[in-house]
Amino acid sequence: MGIAFYIAAAIAVFSTVMVITRFNIMHALLYLIVSLLSVAVIFYLYGAPYMAALEVIVYAGAIMVLIIFFVMMLNMGPESTRLEKQWLKPGMWLVPALFCCVLLIELVYLIAQNHTPVSGIEQVEPKAVGRSLFGPYILAVELSAMLLMAGIVGAYHLGRQKPKIAHRFFETKAS
Amino acid sequence: MNIHPTTAGMTLAGILFVLGLISMLIRRNMIFMLLSVEIMLNAAGLAFIVASSHWSQPDGQVMFMFILAMAAAEVSVGLALILQLYHQLKSLDSDEASRMRG
Repeated sequence: MGIAFYIAAAIAVFSTVMVITRFNIMHALLYLIVSLLSVAVIFYLYGAPYMAALEVIVYAGAIMVLIIFFVMMLNMGPESTRLEKQWLKPGMWLVPALFCCVLLIELVYLIAQNHTPVSGIEQVEPKAVGRSLFGPYILAVELSAMLLMAGIVGAYHLGRQKPKIAHRFFETKAS
Repeated sequence: MNIHPTTAGMTLAGILFVLGLISMLIRRNMIFMLLSVEIMLNAAGLAFIVASSHWSQPDGQVMFMFILAMAAAEVSVGLALILQLYHQLKSLDSDEASRMRG
C-alpha cells in the first residue's frame, strides 16, 4: 500500500483514540469529524470516490451537525466535564480494554493468515453502483426508505414535550 | 513491508471497530455511547468498501449506502430518546436509566 494510505490510517486511528479519551464532548466531536474525513480519504484510495463524497456529506456533514446541535441544546458546562472525569477511572476500564486488545490481536492474526494473491485495487464506477442499486437491490432501497420514514416519525414522537395534564391540586411544592 | 491492500484495509476497519467497542464499554455518558456506535458503523462500512474493491463488485458500496441510511435513522431516534431521558433524569449517566420502573 502507498504512503497515503498509511498517513490516512494513522490519522484515523489517532483521532479515534482521541475521541474516546476526551472529557469534553465538543472536543470529542471535532476529533470524530477528523476521523470520518480520514476514512473518506481511505474510501477514495480504495476506488470508491462516490462513497467518499457521501461519507463527507452525510456522516461528517449531516449527522455530526445533528449531534452538535443536540449538545448545544442540552447546554452542558464545565460541571459535566468534571463528572465525566470522575466516572472514567483507570480501574474501571482496564479489563474491558485488555479483552478488546486480545480480540483485536486475534482478528489481525486471522486476517493476515490467509493471504490472497497480490492484485491491485479495482475501481468500481458509481454507474455500476447505481445500476446495482436500482436493479437487484430495489427491494432493499424501498425498505430503507421505510426505515427513514419510521426514523422521522419515531424522532418526532419521542422528541415531543408532553404537556402536563395533572390538576394543580396534585402538584407538589418542590416542582 | 508490502502489505496487501485488502489486508491493510480490513486491519484498519478492525482497529476502528475495536476502538468503538472499547469506547462503548468504558463510557457512561449516553452521547459518547451514541458516538461510539457511529464509530463502529463507520468501521463496518469501511470493511464493506474494502471488500467491494477486492472483488471489484458494486455490492459492497450498495451495502455502505444502506449503512449510511440506517445510521441516519438510528442517530435521530437515539438523540430523541436521550433528550427524553435527560428531561426525566436530569443526567446523561446511563446507569440512572437502569433504575427506571415501568
